[in-house]
Amino acid sequence: MDKLIKLFEDVARLWSKYSSFYLDGMKNTLILALVATAIGCVIGLVCGVLNTIPYSKNDNIIKRFFLALIRVLVRIYVEVFRGTPMVLQAVFIFYGLPYFTDNAMRFDDLWTAAILIVSINTGAYMAESVRGGIISIDPGQTEGAKAIGMTHVQTMTNVILPQALRNIMPQIGNNFIINVKDTSVMFIIGFTEFFAFHRYITGVNMLYFPSAAIEMIGYLTMTLLASFLLRWVEKLMDGSSSYELVQVDSLTMSAGNYSHPGKPFAEQNKEKKHLFRGRKRGEQDE
Amino acid sequence: MSEQILEVKHLSKNFGKNQVLKDIDFTVNKGDTISIIGASGSGKSTLLRCINLLETPTAGEIWYRGKNVADRKVKAHEYRSHVGMVFQSFNLFNNLTVLENCIVGQRKVLKKSKQEAKETAMYYLDKVGMAPYINARPRQLSGGQKQRVAIARALAMNPEVLLFDEPTSALDPEMVGEVLAVMQQLAQEGMTMLVVTHEMAFARDVSSRVVYMNDGVICEQGSPADVFGNPQKQETKDFLARFRNT
Ligand SMILES: Nc1ncnc2c1ncn2[C@@H]1O[C@H](COP(=O)(O)OP(=O)(O)OP(=O)(O)O)[C@@H](O)[C@H]1O
Ligand SMILES: [Mg+2]
Repeated sequence: MDKLIKLFEDVARLWSKYSSFYLDGMKNTLILALVATAIGCVIGLVCGVLNTIPYSKNDNIIKRFFLALIRVLVRIYVEVFRGTPMVLQAVFIFYGLPYFTDNAMRFDDLWTAAILIVSINTGAYMAESVRGGIISIDPGQTEGAKAIGMTHVQTMTNVILPQALRNIMPQIGNNFIINVKDTSVMFIIGFTEFFAFHRYITGVNMLYFPSAAIEMIGYLTMTLLASFLLRWVEKLMDGSSSYELVQVDSLTMSAGNYSHPGKPFAEQNKEKKHLFRGRKRGEQDE
Repeated sequence: MSEQILEVKHLSKNFGKNQVLKDIDFTVNKGDTISIIGASGSGKSTLLRCINLLETPTAGEIWYRGKNVADRKVKAHEYRSHVGMVFQSFNLFNNLTVLENCIVGQRKVLKKSKQEAKETAMYYLDKVGMAPYINARPRQLSGGQKQRVAIARALAMNPEVLLFDEPTSALDPEMVGEVLAVMQQLAQEGMTMLVVTHEMAFARDVSSRVVYMNDGVICEQGSPADVFGNPQKQETKDFLARFRNT
């Protein structure tokens, strides 16, 4: 009990003195995770879409060559950035770029560096998710779109991607939550996110455990908030679970006097009996 | 003589070594309602899918408005916007409402204004009796309702010919009637239709021509009265006899 009280006191002390630091760290972490996840999604989307452009033996050789090349490049990108730790990627890119270009290219701004690294990393994961999301959509959806004359691009943007994105929403959320936590390795390039302040503050006063407690609560708050928001977005994307029947009369009115040959079905139904109303299968041939 | 819309010449389709369509010749005239019947695996679906280029023909020509659309130079998506297709499994867009399903093609492919697209969609949804359901999503509809929306979606593109691939085969028996009634109506209004079907009553009573396919060839075709009343080929007789017995 004493220990708990002491912990509370220490936490309170830390907070009253350093709350602006902790809050600043949380803000940086959230912005970095949010921006990098968004950019990562765009990268993943582009890779996934390029990766699933269909081609057949009948297409010309140049198109086939480029599409095959794209698939290989995306494959390499995914394997490299999924298969190495992000902390290492950070060091590799942050110090590698100036090294190779004799300082012609280097990161003057830590934000740019951090966003770039986390985005590329997220993109590698998202590329696979998007590809999976696209190929998991029933081929009937593509055929339905083609049958009304849509091009591949129109089919993708109007039919396939909206469904694929809905299906990978949980993975996008997952990536965001992972990014909130894993951006903590960005201290390696000197980026001051939430965890970096822990290192800085405890370096001054040695209150490791109380500060860690604050960090735990801080991270948990951010990730729980993210989960909650995600559910909400998913619900929004699903649309309402019920629908309202619309009064036909008012609608035919609003449809104006658009002139078409033939009468609407409802009118004709009144006039004649249908051969097939209520006929059961198996009875067709009497 | 009525205007010719489609002419299929020497059409063949192979899947690997399996020749599914063998040198098919056949024409579609304006206002025709052609029923395509035949045993499972005889190539009926493949024929329809070749006609709107969902499958690439291995050989042969498909003439539409003075163009051979089987030629690779012709843009398949442009041609498809004139040829509607209704699938056995409906294939409504799951991310869109009933109304949006009937609008999206008009907006994106035909580049119609929002207002005009909506009016046309409403007209056809009303025609198939689905106007009250415009705000529903496909997952909230019964099979028969979905299929009627799918028909409205195809009609809203104002196609010159409408292809149906077993539109009632995935439906519960009590919903078959509502879909067939819509199709019968269309036939009476002069819509040009190609219908692959196992509904023999529809083939006999509604179509203007019946095509019997067997093993990748058109075995026999003619008026319903001829094909059903007085079949010439032994295969046709056997097929129809099998149907009567079940
Ligand atoms: N994509 C494909 N790849 C390989 N073979 C196929 C493909 N599609 C169809 N086939 C084969 O082509 C033949 C004809 O198929 P099709 O679907 O045209 O028959 P169908 O007459 O429509 O039959 P059903 O009445 O069962 O629908 C079958 O033997 C089938 O296995
Ligand atoms: Mg079939």
